[in-house]
Amino acid sequence: MPSPTETPPLIHARGLTKRFGEFTAVDAIDFDVAPGESFGFLGPNGAGKTSTMRMVACVSPVTAGTLRILDLDPNADGPQIRGRLGVVPQQDTLDTELSVKDNLVIYGRYFGLSRAEAGRRGDELLDFAQLTERAKDKVEPLSGGMKRRLTIARALINEPSILLLDEPTTGLDPQARHLLWERLYRLKQRGVTLVLTTHYMDEAEQLCDRLVVMDKARIVAEGSPRELIEQHSSREVTELRFPVGVQETLDGQLDGLGERIEQLPDRVLVYSDDGEAVAAVAHQRGLQPETVLVRRSSLEDVFLRLTGRSLVD
Amino acid sequence: MAVAEARHGGDGGSLLPATGSGVPRQSAVRAALAAYEHMWLLYRRTWRGSIFGSFAQPVLFLVAMGIGLGGYVDASNNSAMGGVPYIVFLAPALLVSTVMQGAAFEGTFPVLGGFRWNRRYHAMYSTPLTPDAIAFGQIGWTATRSTMTGAIFCLVIVLFGAAGSPAIVWSVPIGTLTGLAFAAPIAAYMSTQRDTTAFNSIWRFGITPLFLFSGTFFPIEQLPDAIRWVAWLFPLWHGVDLARSLSLGTVWQDPIVQLAHLAILTAFAVVGVVAMFVMFRRQLAK
Repeated sequence: MPSPTETPPLIHARGLTKRFGEFTAVDAIDFDVAPGESFGFLGPNGAGKTSTMRMVACVSPVTAGTLRILDLDPNADGPQIRGRLGVVPQQDTLDTELSVKDNLVIYGRYFGLSRAEAGRRGDELLDFAQLTERAKDKVEPLSGGMKRRLTIARALINEPSILLLDEPTTGLDPQARHLLWERLYRLKQRGVTLVLTTHYMDEAEQLCDRLVVMDKARIVAEGSPRELIEQHSSREVTELRFPVGVQETLDGQLDGLGERIEQLPDRVLVYSDDGEAVAAVAHQRGLQPETVLVRRSSLEDVFLRLTGRSLVD
Repeated sequence: MAVAEARHGGDGGSLLPATGSGVPRQSAVRAALAAYEHMWLLYRRTWRGSIFGSFAQPVLFLVAMGIGLGGYVDASNNSAMGGVPYIVFLAPALLVSTVMQGAAFEGTFPVLGGFRWNRRYHAMYSTPLTPDAIAFGQIGWTATRSTMTGAIFCLVIVLFGAAGSPAIVWSVPIGTLTGLAFAAPIAAYMSTQRDTTAFNSIWRFGITPLFLFSGTFFPIEQLPDAIRWVAWLFPLWHGVDLARSLSLGTVWQDPIVQLAHLAILTAFAVVGVVAMFVMFRRQLAK
Protein backbone atom coordinates (compact mmCIF):
# COMPACT_ATOMS: atom_id res chain seq x y z
CA MET A 1 0.00 0.00 0.00
CA PRO A 2 1.59 3.28 -1.05
CA SER A 3 1.86 5.82 1.72
CA PRO A 4 0.17 9.21 1.34
CA THR A 5 3.53 10.93 0.88
CA GLU A 6 4.37 8.90 -2.23
CA THR A 7 1.12 9.21 -4.16
CA PRO A 8 -0.85 12.43 -4.51
CA PRO A 9 -3.99 12.46 -2.36
CA LEU A 10 -7.26 11.57 -4.11
CA ILE A 11 -8.86 14.55 -2.43
CA HIS A 12 -6.94 17.64 -1.42
CA ALA A 13 -8.68 20.55 0.30
CA ARG A 14 -7.15 23.73 1.69
CA GLY A 15 -9.21 26.58 3.09
CA LEU A 16 -12.26 24.97 1.50
CA THR A 17 -15.24 27.25 2.03
CA LYS A 18 -18.92 27.17 1.10
CA ARG A 19 -21.22 30.10 1.65
CA PHE A 20 -24.90 30.41 0.83
CA GLY A 21 -25.48 34.16 0.86
CA GLU A 22 -24.55 35.32 4.36
CA PHE A 23 -24.55 31.82 5.79
CA THR A 24 -21.21 29.99 5.95
CA ALA A 25 -21.83 26.26 5.70
CA VAL A 26 -18.17 25.23 5.46
CA ASP A 27 -15.53 27.54 6.90
CA ALA A 28 -12.00 27.15 5.51
CA ILE A 29 -11.38 23.47 6.22
CA ASP A 30 -8.24 21.51 5.29
CA PHE A 31 -8.09 17.77 4.69
CA ASP A 32 -6.53 15.13 2.44
CA VAL A 33 -7.77 11.68 1.56
CA ALA A 34 -5.21 9.09 0.44
CA PRO A 35 -5.90 6.22 -1.99
CA GLY A 36 -7.43 3.20 -0.28
CA GLU A 37 -8.25 5.13 2.84
CA SER A 38 -11.59 5.19 4.66
CA PHE A 39 -12.16 8.76 5.66
CA GLY A 40 -15.03 10.13 7.70
CA PHE A 41 -16.66 13.40 8.58
CA LEU A 42 -18.23 13.09 12.02
CA GLY A 43 -20.50 15.78 13.34
CA PRO A 44 -24.05 16.72 14.25
CA ASN A 45 -26.67 17.78 11.74
CA GLY A 46 -25.86 21.19 10.31
CA ALA A 47 -22.11 20.90 10.92
CA GLY A 48 -21.33 21.32 7.21
CA LYS A 49 -20.71 17.67 6.34
CA THR A 50 -23.18 17.44 3.49
CA SER A 51 -22.07 20.76 2.00
CA THR A 52 -18.50 19.47 2.03
CA MET A 53 -19.56 16.21 0.40
CA ARG A 54 -21.46 18.06 -2.31
CA MET A 55 -18.38 20.09 -3.17
CA VAL A 56 -16.28 16.93 -3.31
CA ALA A 57 -18.95 15.33 -5.50
CA CYS A 58 -18.53 18.27 -7.91
CA VAL A 59 -22.20 19.23 -7.80
CA SER A 60 -21.78 22.34 -5.65
CA PRO A 61 -19.40 25.13 -6.67
CA VAL A 62 -16.58 25.95 -4.24
CA THR A 63 -16.98 29.46 -2.78
CA ALA A 64 -13.33 29.87 -1.77
CA GLY A 65 -10.17 27.85 -1.14
CA THR A 66 -8.54 24.99 -3.00
CA LEU A 67 -10.12 21.67 -3.88
CA ARG A 68 -8.42 19.06 -6.05
CA ILE A 69 -10.00 15.67 -6.70
CA LEU A 70 -8.04 12.96 -8.51
CA ASP A 71 -5.62 15.83 -9.18
CA LEU A 72 -8.31 17.61 -11.23
CA ASP A 73 -10.15 20.88 -10.68
CA PRO A 74 -13.90 20.46 -9.96
CA ASN A 75 -14.72 23.79 -11.61
CA ALA A 76 -13.06 22.88 -14.88
CA ASP A 77 -13.38 19.10 -14.98
CA GLY A 78 -16.58 18.40 -13.04
CA PRO A 79 -18.08 15.85 -15.45
CA GLN A 80 -14.77 14.02 -15.81
CA ILE A 81 -14.29 13.80 -12.04
CA ARG A 82 -17.90 12.74 -11.52
CA GLY A 83 -17.24 9.96 -14.00
CA ARG A 84 -14.83 8.46 -11.48
CA LEU A 85 -16.87 8.97 -8.34
CA GLY A 86 -19.59 6.84 -6.83
CA VAL A 87 -22.16 8.83 -4.88
CA VAL A 88 -24.54 7.54 -2.23
CA PRO A 89 -26.65 10.56 -1.31
CA GLN A 90 -28.33 11.07 2.02
CA GLN A 91 -31.77 10.97 0.41
CA ASP A 92 -32.45 8.09 -1.98
CA THR A 93 -32.59 9.17 -5.62
CA LEU A 94 -33.62 5.83 -7.07
CA ASP A 95 -36.12 5.84 -9.90
CA THR A 96 -39.07 4.23 -8.16
CA GLU A 97 -40.96 3.72 -11.43
CA LEU A 98 -38.21 1.50 -12.83
CA SER A 99 -37.15 -1.99 -11.81
CA VAL A 100 -34.17 -2.69 -9.59
CA LYS A 101 -32.06 -3.86 -12.53
CA ASP A 102 -33.18 -0.99 -14.79
CA ASN A 103 -31.99 1.46 -12.17
CA LEU A 104 -28.48 0.02 -12.41
CA VAL A 105 -28.39 -0.24 -16.19
CA ILE A 106 -29.63 3.28 -16.93
CA TYR A 107 -27.18 4.66 -14.39
CA GLY A 108 -24.38 2.79 -16.13
CA ARG A 109 -25.47 4.42 -19.38
CA TYR A 110 -24.82 7.83 -17.82
CA PHE A 111 -21.19 6.81 -17.54
CA GLY A 112 -21.06 5.88 -21.19
CA LEU A 113 -21.17 2.11 -20.64
CA SER A 114 -22.69 -0.02 -23.39
CA ARG A 115 -26.03 -1.64 -22.54
CA ALA A 116 -24.39 -5.06 -22.48
CA GLU A 117 -21.60 -3.95 -20.16
CA ALA A 118 -24.00 -2.05 -17.88
CA GLY A 119 -26.18 -5.17 -17.71
CA ARG A 120 -23.21 -7.41 -16.90
CA ARG A 121 -21.97 -5.12 -14.14
CA GLY A 122 -25.55 -4.69 -12.94
CA ASP A 123 -25.91 -8.44 -12.40
CA GLU A 124 -22.66 -8.63 -10.46
CA LEU A 125 -23.60 -5.68 -8.31
CA LEU A 126 -27.05 -7.09 -7.59
CA ASP A 127 -25.25 -10.16 -6.32
CA PHE A 128 -22.98 -7.99 -4.20
CA ALA A 129 -25.97 -6.07 -2.82
CA GLN A 130 -27.86 -9.34 -2.21
CA LEU A 131 -30.72 -8.18 -4.40
CA THR A 132 -30.52 -10.69 -7.25
CA GLU A 133 -33.97 -12.11 -6.47
CA ARG A 134 -35.46 -8.63 -6.64
CA ALA A 135 -33.86 -7.69 -9.99
CA LYS A 136 -37.15 -7.46 -11.87
CA ASP A 137 -39.18 -5.92 -9.05
CA LYS A 138 -40.09 -2.26 -8.91
CA VAL A 139 -38.03 -0.20 -6.46
CA GLU A 140 -40.99 1.28 -4.61
CA PRO A 141 -41.89 -1.69 -2.36
CA LEU A 142 -38.29 -2.42 -1.29
CA SER A 143 -37.37 -1.91 2.36
CA GLY A 144 -35.21 1.02 3.41
CA GLY A 145 -32.18 -1.21 3.81
CA MET A 146 -32.64 -2.75 0.36
CA LYS A 147 -32.97 0.67 -1.24
CA ARG A 148 -29.75 1.78 0.43
CA ARG A 149 -27.95 -1.35 -0.81
CA LEU A 150 -29.29 -0.71 -4.29
CA THR A 151 -28.08 2.88 -4.10
CA ILE A 152 -24.62 1.64 -3.13
CA ALA A 153 -24.66 -0.92 -5.93
CA ARG A 154 -25.66 1.82 -8.34
CA ALA A 155 -22.81 4.02 -7.14
CA LEU A 156 -20.36 1.20 -7.98
CA ILE A 157 -21.47 0.69 -11.59
CA ASN A 158 -18.64 2.86 -12.94
CA GLU A 159 -16.01 1.17 -10.75
CA PRO A 160 -15.34 4.45 -8.98
CA SER A 161 -12.01 5.60 -7.57
CA ILE A 162 -13.79 7.14 -4.60
CA LEU A 163 -17.10 6.14 -3.04
CA LEU A 164 -18.85 9.06 -1.31
CA LEU A 165 -21.46 8.10 1.28
CA ASP A 166 -23.56 10.78 2.94
CA GLU A 167 -25.15 9.43 6.12
CA PRO A 168 -25.31 5.92 4.64
CA THR A 169 -27.31 4.26 7.42
CA THR A 170 -29.43 7.08 8.81
CA GLY A 171 -32.99 5.92 9.27
CA LEU A 172 -32.24 2.20 9.03
CA ASP A 173 -33.00 -0.38 11.69
CA PRO A 174 -30.00 -1.98 13.48
CA GLN A 175 -30.08 -5.19 11.45
CA ALA A 176 -30.11 -3.34 8.13
CA ARG A 177 -27.30 -1.10 9.35
CA HIS A 178 -25.09 -4.03 10.26
CA LEU A 179 -25.68 -5.68 6.89
CA LEU A 180 -24.77 -2.43 5.17
CA TRP A 181 -21.64 -1.98 7.26
CA GLU A 182 -20.57 -5.51 6.38
CA ARG A 183 -20.94 -4.73 2.65
CA LEU A 184 -19.04 -1.46 3.01
CA TYR A 185 -16.33 -3.20 4.98
CA ARG A 186 -15.93 -5.63 2.09
CA LEU A 187 -15.45 -2.74 -0.31
CA LYS A 188 -12.88 -1.28 2.03
CA GLN A 189 -11.06 -4.61 2.09
CA ARG A 190 -10.96 -4.54 -1.69
CA GLY A 191 -9.18 -1.21 -1.59
CA VAL A 192 -12.05 1.10 -2.50
CA THR A 193 -11.52 4.56 -1.07
CA LEU A 194 -14.50 5.43 1.11
CA VAL A 195 -15.42 8.93 2.19
CA LEU A 196 -18.42 9.12 4.45
CA THR A 197 -20.29 11.46 6.70
CA THR A 198 -22.07 10.27 9.77
CA HIS A 199 -23.43 11.44 13.06
CA TYR A 200 -23.22 7.93 14.47
CA MET A 201 -20.04 7.36 16.44
CA ASP A 202 -20.32 3.59 16.11
CA GLU A 203 -20.46 3.91 12.34
CA ALA A 204 -17.37 6.11 12.33
CA GLU A 205 -15.55 3.66 14.61
CA GLN A 206 -16.50 0.68 12.45
CA LEU A 207 -15.69 2.11 9.05
CA CYS A 208 -13.19 4.96 9.30
CA ASP A 209 -9.41 4.63 9.30
CA ARG A 210 -9.24 8.34 9.90
CA LEU A 211 -11.80 11.01 10.52
CA VAL A 212 -12.32 14.66 11.16
CA VAL A 213 -14.78 15.98 13.69
CA MET A 214 -16.82 18.86 12.31
CA ASP A 215 -18.76 21.37 14.31
CA LYS A 216 -20.26 24.68 13.16
CA ALA A 217 -18.68 24.57 9.70
CA ARG A 218 -15.16 23.90 11.00
CA ILE A 219 -12.92 20.91 11.63
CA VAL A 220 -12.25 20.71 15.35
CA ALA A 221 -10.15 17.52 15.49
CA GLU A 222 -8.57 14.95 13.23
CA GLY A 223 -7.15 11.46 13.67
CA SER A 224 -8.01 7.76 13.80
CA PRO A 225 -10.91 6.88 16.11
CA ARG A 226 -8.41 5.48 18.62
CA GLU A 227 -6.15 8.53 18.44
CA LEU A 228 -9.05 10.89 18.91
CA ILE A 229 -10.24 9.01 21.97
CA GLU A 230 -6.74 8.90 23.43
CA GLN A 231 -6.15 12.58 22.82
CA HIS A 232 -9.49 13.97 23.86
CA SER A 233 -10.93 11.55 26.38
CA SER A 234 -9.93 9.15 29.14
CA ARG A 235 -9.86 5.38 28.86
CA GLU A 236 -13.11 4.77 30.69
CA VAL A 237 -16.30 6.57 31.55
CA THR A 238 -18.50 6.06 34.59
CA GLU A 239 -22.09 7.08 33.97
CA LEU A 240 -24.01 7.94 37.14
CA ARG A 241 -27.76 8.35 36.85
CA PHE A 242 -29.50 9.88 39.86
CA PRO A 243 -33.19 9.99 40.79
CA VAL A 244 -35.03 12.97 39.32
CA GLY A 245 -34.09 16.20 41.06
CA VAL A 246 -31.09 14.79 42.95
CA GLN A 247 -28.40 15.63 40.40
CA GLU A 248 -28.97 19.38 40.89
CA THR A 249 -28.29 19.12 44.63
CA LEU A 250 -24.91 17.41 44.34
CA ASP A 251 -22.82 20.60 44.18
CA GLY A 252 -19.31 19.88 45.36
CA GLN A 253 -19.92 16.24 46.20
CA LEU A 254 -18.57 15.17 42.80
CA ASP A 255 -15.39 17.25 42.98
CA GLY A 256 -12.20 15.31 42.47
CA LEU A 257 -14.03 12.27 41.17
CA GLY A 258 -12.03 11.04 38.16
CA GLU A 259 -10.11 13.32 35.79
CA ARG A 260 -13.04 15.29 34.50
CA ILE A 261 -16.79 15.50 34.93
CA GLU A 262 -19.53 16.26 32.40
CA GLN A 263 -23.01 17.02 33.69
CA LEU A 264 -25.67 16.05 31.17
CA PRO A 265 -29.35 16.81 31.83
CA ASP A 266 -30.09 13.19 32.75
CA ARG A 267 -26.77 11.85 34.06
CA VAL A 268 -23.23 12.60 35.17
CA LEU A 269 -20.25 11.33 33.17
CA VAL A 270 -17.01 10.83 35.07
CA TYR A 271 -13.87 10.36 32.95
CA SER A 272 -10.99 8.30 34.36
CA ASP A 273 -8.66 5.42 33.57
CA ASP A 274 -10.44 3.14 35.98
CA GLY A 275 -14.21 3.44 35.91
CA GLU A 276 -14.87 0.81 38.58
CA ALA A 277 -12.63 2.68 41.04
CA VAL A 278 -14.62 5.85 40.42
CA ALA A 279 -17.85 3.99 41.09
CA ALA A 280 -16.42 2.65 44.35
CA VAL A 281 -15.30 6.12 45.48
CA ALA A 282 -18.72 7.52 44.64
CA HIS A 283 -20.33 4.94 46.93
CA GLN A 284 -17.81 5.66 49.69
CA ARG A 285 -18.83 9.33 49.52
CA GLY A 286 -22.38 8.27 50.19
CA LEU A 287 -23.66 9.10 46.71
CA GLN A 288 -26.65 6.97 45.78
CA PRO A 289 -27.07 6.90 42.01
CA GLU A 290 -29.96 4.85 40.66
CA THR A 291 -27.74 3.21 38.06
CA VAL A 292 -24.01 3.06 37.48
CA LEU A 293 -22.56 2.15 34.08
CA VAL A 294 -18.85 1.76 33.40
CA ARG A 295 -17.86 1.79 29.73
CA ARG A 296 -14.97 2.59 27.41
CA SER A 297 -14.65 6.08 26.01
CA SER A 298 -16.16 6.57 22.57
CA LEU A 299 -16.17 9.21 19.86
CA GLU A 300 -19.34 10.52 21.46
CA ASP A 301 -17.21 11.53 24.46
CA VAL A 302 -14.63 13.11 22.17
CA PHE A 303 -17.35 15.14 20.57
CA LEU A 304 -18.81 16.16 23.91
CA ARG A 305 -15.37 17.27 25.07
CA LEU A 306 -14.61 19.24 21.93
CA THR A 307 -17.95 20.96 21.49
CA GLY A 308 -19.77 20.69 24.80
CA ARG A 309 -22.68 19.08 23.00
CA SER A 310 -23.95 15.62 22.09
CA LEU A 311 -23.82 14.28 18.55
CA VAL A 312 -27.41 13.14 18.41
CA ASP A 313 -29.93 15.37 20.16
CA MET B 1 -7.70 -5.34 -18.60
CA ALA B 2 -7.01 -6.46 -15.05
CA VAL B 3 -10.21 -4.67 -14.11
CA ALA B 4 -12.42 -6.81 -16.29
CA GLU B 5 -10.71 -10.00 -15.17
CA ALA B 6 -11.10 -9.05 -11.56
CA ARG B 7 -14.79 -8.47 -12.01
CA HIS B 8 -15.29 -11.85 -13.53
CA GLY B 9 -13.86 -13.46 -10.44
CA GLY B 10 -17.37 -13.93 -9.06
CA ASP B 11 -17.73 -12.97 -5.44
CA GLY B 12 -13.98 -12.98 -5.03
CA GLY B 13 -12.18 -10.30 -3.14
CA SER B 14 -11.65 -7.96 -6.06
CA LEU B 15 -14.88 -6.75 -7.57
CA LEU B 16 -13.39 -3.32 -7.75
CA PRO B 17 -9.95 -1.91 -8.38
CA ALA B 18 -8.31 0.40 -5.87
CA THR B 19 -8.34 3.20 -8.36
CA GLY B 20 -10.75 3.92 -11.19
CA SER B 21 -10.47 2.37 -14.59
CA GLY B 22 -10.33 5.82 -16.14
CA VAL B 23 -13.79 6.47 -17.45
CA PRO B 24 -13.23 8.55 -20.59
CA ARG B 25 -14.52 12.08 -20.92
CA GLN B 26 -17.97 11.93 -22.47
CA SER B 27 -19.14 14.16 -25.26
CA ALA B 28 -21.98 16.57 -24.53
CA VAL B 29 -24.13 14.87 -27.17
CA ARG B 30 -23.63 11.46 -25.64
CA ALA B 31 -24.48 12.79 -22.19
CA ALA B 32 -27.65 14.43 -23.53
CA LEU B 33 -28.69 11.20 -25.24
CA ALA B 34 -28.13 9.23 -22.04
CA ALA B 35 -30.50 11.57 -20.17
CA TYR B 36 -33.03 11.20 -22.98
CA GLU B 37 -32.65 7.43 -22.87
CA HIS B 38 -33.77 7.43 -19.25
CA MET B 39 -37.09 9.03 -20.21
CA TRP B 40 -37.48 6.65 -23.10
CA LEU B 41 -36.83 3.68 -20.80
CA LEU B 42 -39.46 4.96 -18.37
CA TYR B 43 -41.94 5.19 -21.21
CA ARG B 44 -41.13 1.71 -22.45
CA ARG B 45 -41.88 0.38 -18.98
CA THR B 46 -45.18 2.23 -18.63
CA TRP B 47 -46.55 2.80 -22.14
CA ARG B 48 -49.38 0.30 -21.76
CA GLY B 49 -50.97 2.56 -19.18
CA SER B 50 -51.07 5.57 -21.49
CA ILE B 51 -51.59 4.14 -24.97
CA PHE B 52 -55.31 3.61 -24.51
CA GLY B 53 -55.75 7.22 -23.44
CA SER B 54 -53.76 8.42 -26.43
CA PHE B 55 -56.39 6.91 -28.74
CA ALA B 56 -59.42 7.34 -26.51
CA GLN B 57 -59.09 11.06 -25.97
CA PRO B 58 -59.20 12.07 -29.66
CA VAL B 59 -62.02 9.60 -30.29
CA LEU B 60 -64.10 10.94 -27.39
CA PHE B 61 -63.53 14.57 -28.33
CA LEU B 62 -64.22 14.03 -32.02
CA VAL B 63 -67.40 12.13 -31.25
CA ALA B 64 -68.70 14.59 -28.65
CA MET B 65 -67.59 17.87 -30.19
CA GLY B 66 -67.11 17.01 -33.83
CA ILE B 67 -70.14 14.82 -34.44
CA GLY B 68 -72.44 15.68 -31.53
CA LEU B 69 -71.97 19.43 -31.31
CA GLY B 70 -70.91 19.63 -34.95
CA GLY B 71 -74.30 18.30 -36.07
CA TYR B 72 -75.99 21.37 -34.58
CA VAL B 73 -73.35 23.78 -35.86
CA ASP B 74 -73.52 22.44 -39.40
CA ALA B 75 -77.34 22.54 -39.35
CA SER B 76 -77.21 26.26 -38.62
CA ASN B 77 -75.38 26.94 -41.88
CA ASN B 78 -72.99 29.26 -40.09
CA SER B 79 -70.27 30.68 -42.35
CA ALA B 80 -67.85 31.35 -39.50
CA MET B 81 -66.23 27.91 -40.02
CA GLY B 82 -65.16 28.81 -43.52
CA GLY B 83 -67.74 26.63 -45.19
CA VAL B 84 -66.37 23.28 -44.02
CA PRO B 85 -68.05 20.78 -41.70
CA TYR B 86 -67.48 21.64 -38.02
CA ILE B 87 -65.50 18.44 -37.40
CA VAL B 88 -63.06 19.39 -40.18
CA PHE B 89 -62.77 22.88 -38.71
CA LEU B 90 -62.23 21.42 -35.25
CA ALA B 91 -59.89 18.49 -35.90
CA PRO B 92 -56.47 20.15 -36.53
CA ALA B 93 -57.08 22.68 -33.76
CA LEU B 94 -58.10 19.99 -31.30
CA LEU B 95 -54.94 18.06 -32.17
CA VAL B 96 -52.75 21.06 -31.36
CA SER B 97 -54.67 21.86 -28.16
CA THR B 98 -54.48 18.28 -26.93
CA VAL B 99 -50.76 18.03 -27.65
CA MET B 100 -50.29 21.35 -25.85
CA GLN B 101 -52.00 20.02 -22.73
CA GLY B 102 -49.92 16.87 -22.67
CA ALA B 103 -46.70 18.81 -23.17
CA ALA B 104 -47.61 21.37 -20.51
CA PHE B 105 -48.16 18.50 -18.11
CA GLU B 106 -44.71 17.07 -18.94
CA GLY B 107 -43.32 20.42 -17.82
CA THR B 108 -44.95 20.20 -14.40
CA PHE B 109 -44.95 16.98 -12.37
CA PRO B 110 -42.04 15.21 -14.05
CA VAL B 111 -39.87 18.31 -13.52
CA LEU B 112 -41.00 18.87 -9.94
CA GLY B 113 -40.40 15.16 -9.29
CA GLY B 114 -36.96 15.26 -10.87
CA PHE B 115 -35.89 18.02 -8.51
CA ARG B 116 -37.90 17.31 -5.37
CA TRP B 117 -39.58 13.91 -5.18
CA ASN B 118 -37.76 11.04 -6.81
CA ARG B 119 -34.85 13.47 -7.35
CA ARG B 120 -34.04 11.84 -10.66
CA TYR B 121 -32.14 14.92 -11.85
CA HIS B 122 -29.90 14.87 -8.79
CA ALA B 123 -29.06 11.25 -9.46
CA MET B 124 -28.18 12.15 -13.04
CA TYR B 125 -26.10 15.11 -11.93
CA SER B 126 -23.91 12.94 -9.70
CA THR B 127 -22.63 11.30 -12.91
CA PRO B 128 -20.85 12.89 -15.89
CA LEU B 129 -24.20 14.30 -17.04
CA THR B 130 -24.38 18.10 -16.98
CA PRO B 131 -27.46 20.22 -16.16
CA ASP B 132 -27.69 20.98 -19.89
CA ALA B 133 -27.79 17.28 -20.72
CA ILE B 134 -30.47 16.71 -18.07
CA ALA B 135 -32.60 19.60 -19.37
CA PHE B 136 -32.17 18.29 -22.90
CA GLY B 137 -33.31 14.83 -21.83
CA GLN B 138 -36.48 16.26 -20.33
CA ILE B 139 -37.43 18.65 -23.14
CA GLY B 140 -36.27 16.29 -25.90
CA TRP B 141 -38.49 13.62 -24.44
CA THR B 142 -41.39 16.08 -24.20
CA ALA B 143 -40.98 16.81 -27.91
CA THR B 144 -40.98 13.10 -28.70
CA ARG B 145 -44.03 12.45 -26.57
CA SER B 146 -45.83 15.42 -28.16
CA THR B 147 -45.08 14.10 -31.62
CA MET B 148 -46.38 10.65 -30.68
CA THR B 149 -49.59 12.11 -29.25
CA GLY B 150 -50.04 14.28 -32.34
CA ALA B 151 -49.39 11.41 -34.72
CA ILE B 152 -51.94 9.17 -33.00
CA PHE B 153 -54.45 12.02 -33.00
CA CYS B 154 -53.79 12.61 -36.70
CA LEU B 155 -54.41 8.94 -37.41
CA VAL B 156 -57.72 9.07 -35.57
CA ILE B 157 -58.74 12.21 -37.51
CA VAL B 158 -58.04 10.44 -40.79
CA LEU B 159 -59.99 7.36 -39.67
CA PHE B 160 -62.93 9.62 -38.78
CA GLY B 161 -62.80 11.13 -42.26
CA ALA B 162 -62.34 14.49 -40.53
CA ALA B 163 -59.21 15.55 -42.41
CA GLY B 164 -59.71 18.64 -44.56
CA SER B 165 -56.78 17.66 -46.78
CA PRO B 166 -53.57 15.61 -46.62
CA ALA B 167 -52.01 18.77 -45.17
CA ILE B 168 -53.58 17.70 -41.85
CA VAL B 169 -50.22 16.02 -41.16
CA TRP B 170 -48.70 19.50 -40.70
CA SER B 171 -50.73 19.69 -37.52
CA VAL B 172 -48.34 17.17 -35.96
CA PRO B 173 -45.12 19.28 -36.10
CA ILE B 174 -47.14 22.44 -35.35
CA GLY B 175 -48.54 20.63 -32.32
CA THR B 176 -45.05 19.66 -31.18
CA LEU B 177 -43.79 23.23 -31.58
CA THR B 178 -46.79 24.55 -29.67
CA GLY B 179 -46.17 21.93 -27.00
CA LEU B 180 -42.56 23.07 -26.58
CA ALA B 181 -43.68 26.71 -26.44
CA PHE B 182 -45.66 25.75 -23.33
CA ALA B 183 -43.62 22.95 -21.79
CA ALA B 184 -40.23 24.68 -21.78
CA PRO B 185 -41.19 27.88 -19.95
CA ILE B 186 -43.39 25.89 -17.57
CA ALA B 187 -40.49 23.51 -16.85
CA ALA B 188 -38.18 26.49 -16.25
CA TYR B 189 -40.67 27.87 -13.75
CA MET B 190 -41.46 24.54 -12.06
CA SER B 191 -37.75 23.97 -11.41
CA THR B 192 -37.99 26.71 -8.78
CA GLN B 193 -41.06 25.29 -7.05
CA ARG B 194 -41.17 23.19 -3.92
CA ASP B 195 -44.74 21.89 -4.12
CA THR B 196 -47.76 21.59 -6.41
CA THR B 197 -49.39 24.95 -5.62
CA ALA B 198 -48.11 26.47 -8.85
CA PHE B 199 -49.34 23.50 -10.83
CA ASN B 200 -52.92 24.13 -9.77
CA SER B 201 -52.67 27.81 -10.69
CA ILE B 202 -51.08 27.09 -14.05
CA TRP B 203 -53.89 24.72 -14.90
CA ARG B 204 -56.79 26.71 -13.50
CA PHE B 205 -55.78 30.13 -14.79
CA GLY B 206 -53.64 29.17 -17.77
CA ILE B 207 -54.05 25.88 -19.55
CA THR B 208 -57.81 25.31 -19.16
CA PRO B 209 -58.93 28.86 -20.16
CA LEU B 210 -56.51 28.83 -23.09
CA PHE B 211 -57.78 25.44 -24.19
CA LEU B 212 -61.32 26.81 -24.26
CA PHE B 213 -60.76 30.29 -25.67
CA SER B 214 -57.87 30.00 -28.14
CA GLY B 215 -59.94 29.40 -31.23
CA THR B 216 -60.07 25.61 -30.96
CA PHE B 217 -63.84 25.25 -30.62
CA PHE B 218 -64.92 28.55 -32.17
CA PRO B 219 -63.10 31.35 -34.03
CA ILE B 220 -61.63 33.97 -31.72
CA GLU B 221 -63.64 36.55 -33.66
CA GLN B 222 -66.54 35.35 -31.50
CA LEU B 223 -64.77 36.71 -28.42
CA PRO B 224 -65.53 40.28 -27.27
CA ASP B 225 -63.11 42.74 -28.83
CA ALA B 226 -61.83 43.70 -25.40
CA ILE B 227 -60.28 40.29 -24.71
CA ARG B 228 -59.53 39.02 -28.21
CA TRP B 229 -55.98 40.38 -28.04
CA VAL B 230 -55.27 37.97 -25.18
CA ALA B 231 -55.20 35.15 -27.74
CA TRP B 232 -52.24 36.87 -29.40
CA LEU B 233 -50.26 36.86 -26.14
CA PHE B 234 -50.15 33.12 -25.65
CA PRO B 235 -48.80 30.55 -28.08
CA LEU B 236 -51.84 28.30 -28.31
CA TRP B 237 -53.96 30.35 -30.71
CA HIS B 238 -50.96 30.78 -33.01
CA GLY B 239 -50.53 27.02 -33.20
CA VAL B 240 -54.27 26.42 -33.60
CA ASP B 241 -54.72 28.95 -36.38
CA LEU B 242 -51.59 27.87 -38.23
CA ALA B 243 -52.48 24.16 -38.13
CA ARG B 244 -56.03 24.91 -39.22
CA SER B 245 -54.96 27.18 -42.08
CA LEU B 246 -52.55 24.56 -43.34
CA SER B 247 -55.13 21.81 -43.09
CA LEU B 248 -57.92 23.79 -44.76
CA GLY B 249 -55.59 25.20 -47.40
CA THR B 250 -56.34 28.81 -46.41
CA VAL B 251 -52.77 29.59 -45.46
CA TRP B 252 -52.24 31.90 -48.47
CA GLN B 253 -55.20 34.11 -47.60
CA ASP B 254 -53.11 35.89 -45.04
CA PRO B 255 -49.52 34.65 -45.28
CA ILE B 256 -48.07 37.41 -43.09
CA VAL B 257 -50.28 36.39 -40.17
CA GLN B 258 -49.35 32.72 -40.66
CA LEU B 259 -45.66 33.60 -40.73
CA ALA B 260 -46.16 35.64 -37.58
CA HIS B 261 -47.77 32.57 -35.97
CA LEU B 262 -44.73 30.48 -36.79
CA ALA B 263 -42.31 33.15 -35.60
CA ILE B 264 -44.13 33.68 -32.30
CA LEU B 265 -44.37 29.93 -31.63
CA THR B 266 -40.68 29.49 -32.38
CA ALA B 267 -39.77 32.45 -30.18
CA PHE B 268 -41.73 31.04 -27.24
CA ALA B 269 -40.14 27.62 -27.69
CA VAL B 270 -36.57 28.93 -28.05
CA VAL B 271 -36.77 31.42 -25.19
CA GLY B 272 -38.47 28.77 -23.07
CA VAL B 273 -35.79 26.16 -23.75
CA VAL B 274 -32.98 28.64 -23.02
CA ALA B 275 -34.71 29.66 -19.77
CA MET B 276 -35.07 26.01 -18.87
CA PHE B 277 -31.37 25.31 -19.41
CA VAL B 278 -30.42 28.33 -17.31
CA MET B 279 -32.77 27.33 -14.49
CA PHE B 280 -31.65 23.71 -14.50
CA ARG B 281 -28.03 24.87 -14.15
CA ARG B 282 -28.98 27.16 -11.27
CA GLN B 283 -31.10 24.63 -9.45
CA LEU B 284 -28.65 21.74 -9.69
CA ALA B 285 -25.29 23.46 -9.10
CA LYS B 286 -26.05 25.08 -5.76
